[in-house]
Amino acid sequence: MPSINMAKAINLALFEAMDRDPSVVVMGEDVGPDEGVFRITEGLHKKFGDKRVIDTPLAESGIVGSAIGMAIYGLKPVCEIQFSGFDYYAFHQLECHASRFRNRTRGRVNVPLVMRAPYGGGIRALEHHSESREAIYAHTPGLKVVIPSGPRNARALLHSSIQDPDPVIYYEPKALYRLFKEDVPEKMETLPIGQAQVVQKGSELTIVSYGASLRACLEAAEMLQEEDGVKPEIIDLLTVSPLDATLVVESVKNTGRVMVVHEGPRTCGLGAEVVARINEAALLYLEAPIKRVTGFDTPIPYFSKERFYIPDADRILNAAREVLSF
Amino acid sequence: MPRKPIELPKIESLSILDEDGNVDKALEPKIDKDTLKTMLRYMLLARRTDERMLLMQRQGRCGTFPQSSGHEAISMGSAIHLQKEDWHIPAYRELAGLLYRGWTIEQTLLYWNGFEEGARPPEGVNDLPVCVPIASQLLHAAGIGMGMRIKDQNNIVMTYFGDGASSEGDCHEALNFAAVYQAPVVFVCLNNQYAISVPLAKQMKNETIAQRAIAYGMPGIRVDGNDVLAVYVATQEAIARAKAGEGPTLIEGLTYRFTPHTTADDPKRYRSEEECNTWAKREPIARYKKYLIAKGVMTQADIDSMEAEIDAEIKQSVTKTETLMQSAELSNPLSMFDYLYNDMPPYLNEQREELKAELEKSKKGNKSEGQAAAGHH
Repeated sequence: MPSINMAKAINLALFEAMDRDPSVVVMGEDVGPDEGVFRITEGLHKKFGDKRVIDTPLAESGIVGSAIGMAIYGLKPVCEIQFSGFDYYAFHQLECHASRFRNRTRGRVNVPLVMRAPYGGGIRALEHHSESREAIYAHTPGLKVVIPSGPRNARALLHSSIQDPDPVIYYEPKALYRLFKEDVPEKMETLPIGQAQVVQKGSELTIVSYGASLRACLEAAEMLQEEDGVKPEIIDLLTVSPLDATLVVESVKNTGRVMVVHEGPRTCGLGAEVVARINEAALLYLEAPIKRVTGFDTPIPYFSKERFYIPDADRILNAAREVLSF
Repeated sequence: MPRKPIELPKIESLSILDEDGNVDKALEPKIDKDTLKTMLRYMLLARRTDERMLLMQRQGRCGTFPQSSGHEAISMGSAIHLQKEDWHIPAYRELAGLLYRGWTIEQTLLYWNGFEEGARPPEGVNDLPVCVPIASQLLHAAGIGMGMRIKDQNNIVMTYFGDGASSEGDCHEALNFAAVYQAPVVFVCLNNQYAISVPLAKQMKNETIAQRAIAYGMPGIRVDGNDVLAVYVATQEAIARAKAGEGPTLIEGLTYRFTPHTTADDPKRYRSEEECNTWAKREPIARYKKYLIAKGVMTQADIDSMEAEIDAEIKQSVTKTETLMQSAELSNPLSMFDYLYNDMPPYLNEQREELKAELEKSKKGNKSEGQAAAGHH
C-alpha cells in the first residue's frame, strides 16, 4: 500500500488506464514533455509517446470538440483543461454535443470522454485560476460530474470515469493536489459513479460536502466534537451529478439536522439541489432549517482575499452551532 | 473555369535594426529625439519593473505573474503611436505599453499581488486591463473598432495576443469580424514561439502567423519583434490604413520569451538553455541603446541617469504599493461585493452582512493576504 498524494494518484490512474487500455489517449495543453502545469501527466509522454499523449494547440473548444470525435470513433480521450476557469471555451461542445449525442441518436452514438480540470481556490493563483463552477455542468443534462476529495478516491473515480460510456467532467480540487498523502492499494480499483460515501458516522447533524470543502468540514467536525461534544455525520458526495440523494436522505432521517458546504457560489449551487432533494423526501424529519455554507454570489476574489470567500472550518463550525441550537 | 493558380497577396517581413544595433538606413524611420527617448524610457521601466517583480515573487512579496521581459519592443513600438482617444487592449505581456498609456507600477504590483484594484483603468484612460483568458480580448477590440465605425470616430484600437492565442476560436472570430466590418483595429501578435511548453511547430503548420491575414482579407506583415523601429514602422502604416477607412491589419512580431511563462514555470523541461541564450542575445533593449548612442540621441551617461531615475521610481512605487496593500480600503474583504452590479441585489447585501458579522466575530482579522502573508507559498 504505497502512500501518495492526490496529484500522484491521478497520475497513477492515468498511467494504469493507458497501460491496460490502448484506446485511452490523453490530450491537452502542455500535457506532453512538460507533463502538465501541475505535473499530473508525469511520465506519460515518455512511456506512451506522441500518439497517445497529445500536446494540443491552445484551444479548449478544439480539445473537447476533437475529443468528442475521437470518442465517437472508439477511443477514450481524457482531456486536460489546464484550469477550469478556461473550460467555458469548451462548454458549447459539451452542452450541444458531448451531452447530447446518445440522446439525439437514440442510443446509437455515445461519447465516452473525460474532461479533467483543476478547479477551486486556495493556492494563491491569479485571476481566472480559482473558480468553482461545477454547478454549470451539474445543470447540464447528459453530463456526469465527479469530484474526488483524496488520493484513494481520486484514483478509483478516475478509473470509473474513463470506463464510463458517457461524458464525465472530472474536477480536481487543486488545493488538495499535494496537501496530504494516503495509502492506495497496489491493485487498481474503481468506485461507482453516482454514489456518495459516509466518511464519518455521527448523530444530531449531517454535513454534506465534497472536494476541498470536505477537508474544512472534517476540521470543523473535530472542533465541534472537542468543544461541544457533538459528532456530526459527514457525507462526501464524490459525484455531484448524478447526485446520490438516497444516502443524504437516509442520513437526514437519522439526524434531523443538516448543512451543505461547498466553495462555489450559493445561488443555484449544489447546495440548493441537495436542499431541494431533502425537502422533497424528508421534510418532516427536519428539526431545523437547512444551512448552506458556500462561496458568496460573487466571482472568487483575487488571492489576497480568497480566504474570506472559501468556507473555512470557523465558518462551518459557526453554522453547525446555529443549526444545532435552532 | 479551368484549373489555374489563384493570385494571393504576398506577405512581407521587416527588420530595420539588427541585433548588433546596426540600422538599415534605407528603411530607418524619421522619429524625433524625444519620442526615441520616450520609447527607451518605457522599455526600460517595464524591464526593470519586471525584474524587480521577479525578485519580489521569489521573496514571497508578489504572486505568480507572467514576465514581460523581451517583449518591450513590440509593445512600445506599437503603443507609441496611440493617441489619448485610441484604445490599448493588452493580453498580459505588454507592460511597456501599459506604463506608457498611464497604468502605474502600483497597479501592476496590485494586480499580480491579488488585488482587483490593479485592474481598474486609471482616470482619463479608456484602455482595458490585462486579459488572462487567452485571445478573448481580441473580440472586444473588434467590437470597439466596430463601434468607432458606427459612431464615425476616427480612432483606432491596438490589441495584442500571443502565438498560442492564434489557435483559439476567439482569435479567428475577432480577425474575421474586424475584416468584415473594416474595423480600425491593429492586431499585434507577440510571437514568442512558445505557449508555455508548446513550441510554434506544434501550434500550427503554417510558416508565419502574418500569412493568416490573407485568409481574412487584410494586410499582414511579419516584423522582427525585437526591433522597435520595425514595429514602429509596421504599426504606423497599419494605423494610417485604419484611419483611412481601410480596416484592420495583422502584425506578427517575432520574438522570444527568454524567461519562464510565469514564475511557476520551469522552461528547462521543454527547451535547451542554448536556444534560450541565443535568443536572449537578440533581446530588444541592448540593440536599441546602441542605436541611440550611435545616432547621438543619447550618451551612455544619459542612459545611466535614465536607469537611475527608473530605479528610484520603482523603489518608490514598491514602497507605496506595499503600504497601500495594508490600507483599510484595499484590504477590506467586504469590497468583494461592492462592484458586481450597479445596484446590489438584496440577497447579495445579505451575504455582505453575513461576512461582515463573521469578520467581527472571528479571530482571523479583516486584513487581506497581500505580501504580508505570502511567505507560506
